Amino acid sequence: MIFPDAFLPYLEPAVDFPTFLIQLLNGVQYGLLLFLIASGLTLIFGIMGIINLAHGSFYMLGAYLAFSLTEGLGSLWLALPAGIVLSVLFGLALEWLVIQRLYARDHLYQVLLTYGLILVFEELRSILWGDDVHGVKVPELLAASISLTDNLNYPVYRLAMSGVCLVLALGLWWVLRRTKLGMIIRAGSVNRDMVQSLGIDITLIYRIVFAAGLALAAFAGMLAAPTSSVFPGMGNQVLIICFVVVVIGGIGSVQGAMIGAILIGLVDTFGKVLTLEVAGFQLLPQLSGVTVYLMMAVILLWRPEGLFGSRGR
Amino acid sequence: MDEREPMLRTEGLSKHFGGLAAVREVALACRVEELHAVIGPNGAGKTTLINLLSGDLAPTAGRILVAGKDVTGLPAHRISRLGVGRSYQKTNIFLPFTGFENCRLSAQSRLQPSMRFFAPAHAHAPTRAAAERALAMAGLEGRAGVVAAALSHGEQRQLEIAMTLATAPRLLLLDEPLAGMGAEESARIVELLKRLRAEHAILLVEHDMDAVFAVADTLTVMVDGAVLATGSPDAIRANRAVQEAYLGSNEADIVSK
Amino acid sequence: MSAAAPGRRAPVAGVAVLLVCLAALLLMPLGVDKFYVQLVTKMMIMAVFAMSLDLLIGFTGLVSFGHAAYFGVAGYVLAYAAPQYQAASLWVSLPLAMAVSGLLALVIGLFVLRTSGVYFIMVTLAFAQMLYFVFHDTKLAGGTDGVYIYVRPDAALGEWAGGWKPFDLENFVHLYYVVLVLLVLTWIFLRRVIDSPFGRVIAGIKVNEPRMRSLGYATFRYKLASFVIAGTLAGMAGYFAAAQFGFVNPDMLGWHLSGSAIMMVILGGMGTLGGAALGAFMMMLLELLFQGLTKHWQLLMGGSIVGVALLLPHGLLGTVAAWWGRRVAAKDSERTDG
Repeated sequence: MIFPDAFLPYLEPAVDFPTFLIQLLNGVQYGLLLFLIASGLTLIFGIMGIINLAHGSFYMLGAYLAFSLTEGLGSLWLALPAGIVLSVLFGLALEWLVIQRLYARDHLYQVLLTYGLILVFEELRSILWGDDVHGVKVPELLAASISLTDNLNYPVYRLAMSGVCLVLALGLWWVLRRTKLGMIIRAGSVNRDMVQSLGIDITLIYRIVFAAGLALAAFAGMLAAPTSSVFPGMGNQVLIICFVVVVIGGIGSVQGAMIGAILIGLVDTFGKVLTLEVAGFQLLPQLSGVTVYLMMAVILLWRPEGLFGSRGR
Repeated sequence: MDEREPMLRTEGLSKHFGGLAAVREVALACRVEELHAVIGPNGAGKTTLINLLSGDLAPTAGRILVAGKDVTGLPAHRISRLGVGRSYQKTNIFLPFTGFENCRLSAQSRLQPSMRFFAPAHAHAPTRAAAERALAMAGLEGRAGVVAAALSHGEQRQLEIAMTLATAPRLLLLDEPLAGMGAEESARIVELLKRLRAEHAILLVEHDMDAVFAVADTLTVMVDGAVLATGSPDAIRANRAVQEAYLGSNEADIVSK
Repeated sequence: MSAAAPGRRAPVAGVAVLLVCLAALLLMPLGVDKFYVQLVTKMMIMAVFAMSLDLLIGFTGLVSFGHAAYFGVAGYVLAYAAPQYQAASLWVSLPLAMAVSGLLALVIGLFVLRTSGVYFIMVTLAFAQMLYFVFHDTKLAGGTDGVYIYVRPDAALGEWAGGWKPFDLENFVHLYYVVLVLLVLTWIFLRRVIDSPFGRVIAGIKVNEPRMRSLGYATFRYKLASFVIAGTLAGMAGYFAAAQFGFVNPDMLGWHLSGSAIMMVILGGMGTLGGAALGAFMMMLLELLFQGLTKHWQLLMGGSIVGVALLLPHGLLGTVAAWWGRRVAAKDSERTDG
């Protein structure tokens, strides 16, 4: 019954330093990208109490926006700001139309509704953009590579991506910790009524948080578009990995999302390049898709509420 | 009193929440045929104490012994199965179920073995009988078929007690059972407590001072998480420290509560 | 609960409706052609799957978003058990498939039941996805492409019965009736479990788990038992799904199927076994209807799911039962007034 595959990727163990460095950079970059998506997911849950399965669709939306806007406007530099504006508007509209009806509802219905939204978005994507795989060109300014050794190069665009993600992460930290809006947001996640009694319009805060979370995910999609291709179903893969990030980090915790995302970025990347054989069975990289879930399982045994989660949620 | 090992004994029981000591070094004992009331101002740590004894919270330090067995740190369900029944200050019942089903489910917790998959639950006569007995004791026999959510506030309080009784406990931990009850129901529950004392050890936290001094054999006064004094009602009434800290300054306030 | 006062007469009507449905299902293969018999077979298999999930969502209060894992794994067990171009024995492979699914639910349950609420939803999804990748990324069973099961399981009994074959699953009418019997048996089994002391405990856990603990119930064990029962039954459904389609692939464990199953349970009315079954039928009818209308039928399906979540939280049966309850209550008050 078992059909042996003729093709089985076999990679040398990453032992030499330049390869190790490249994989490290890749892992961190992937982790930072995951953080952008997962931070929105965890904020939307922590502050609004909404579990949003459709969050991966926003990542996909960003990638497709990057594709179309780059075609239309001629450059990714123009496409990025335009895409951000469009996704914020989309977030505000979606919150107003649908999401705000979920605040008082049980998680079960949030799950069901946002699952329905995934199908809707996926099909709208198919109607608007078709089912082909697209690519987005890396802007010329960043198209170069840095050579590490004679035959190993690292693309500048990936470095720039990591840089942008880091700046955004710091910005997010600053907004949440140092601004009045951030203070209100954090207070609102602990005690909704208290914030409301201060005369602050909590519905407006929710709308802002939702739109910002959506825009973060979409922006991640735009950034990723030139490195990965733009393809149907790309949001769903990312969504489930982001759930793992949030579970590991602790729901509602932005620091947790950062730690979880970097951990997963590294584990996933190195899981794909290391070779591990046990008793003649090749476990890695064949089972590399499973490593991050195994890590989640271990963390669940140790801290069921996640690394930075509070007990009893 | 007597030399037997008490039903409940604590040694140096403490609970800290972060830096805050909610319960400090509490040592108390409660025997069968004894009603031991714990009183004290709001925030004295009485409910936290009950939560520690029932296993709903794990203590930071100290020991809890039930009938001589060390139960410190055991989960709530294990402590319950050792014959410890508790009622909650904030009504904690199964609102969608009838009063009868609330008590039947409570009584069913004593079944051995506990996992039974096939015979219908409602056909098990002993649990039905235990549930009916508990309902009657708490004065709810006429309201058994009513969904708990539709009961009055006072009736829900009675149901809370009935559920605790339905688990056939030897040690009762009652957290303000009279709160929110009318005068008639209160009197009824006080009578019930007097009857239960014959076969149970009862630890009672209560704000109704008239009731407390009417039924308690022993009183423990807690202030700021620590025991201020323990003794008979007369001794407590006469205790200078208690008068100063609690009774003396504003007696009318406590008695009316 | 069945003892809820105003709904006393609703169960009578419910039983009547159930008997009518059963009669219709019994007679159906006599009057329609193969396509519809096979369609209803598929619907009944999904109904078993939905009922097993309802045990978790509707009766225990555990929102599992990874229920397809137990369904799909059983399908793979059948694929493994069947030598190529030969039939596996039904009497060996079915219990094996259910046991593997149940065991898997036991192991995964030990992890996921340490969490609750939203964590539970995410973690069940993540574990199911892990299994999806096991089958998707490795050559264990055809990878992405899946595996064909060329011959359906063989129902022949052993030597002791002279190799007697009570039914032939290759015959679509036989398969239909076998699945119908399993549907009825599953319903009876779950009904009994729900009315048993165990069933009352999980109902109590759904309403107020901390209080169940303080009453002396080790709630974790009960939740785990419920999780394993649900997983085993999902395995039975998955086994027959694989046998009927003659094909398994990783999508059988995928999260779209898990999501659809939640939709079935809620659409029909969670916490009522009949509702879950009805939901499975309705969901597949909707799928068929939408597929006939447009190639972008998922848009309509997604829209329907959003609509059900917003407008029909108690599902079809729940809404009808509430209406019936109000009607009976109104009649009762008329009578006492008069």
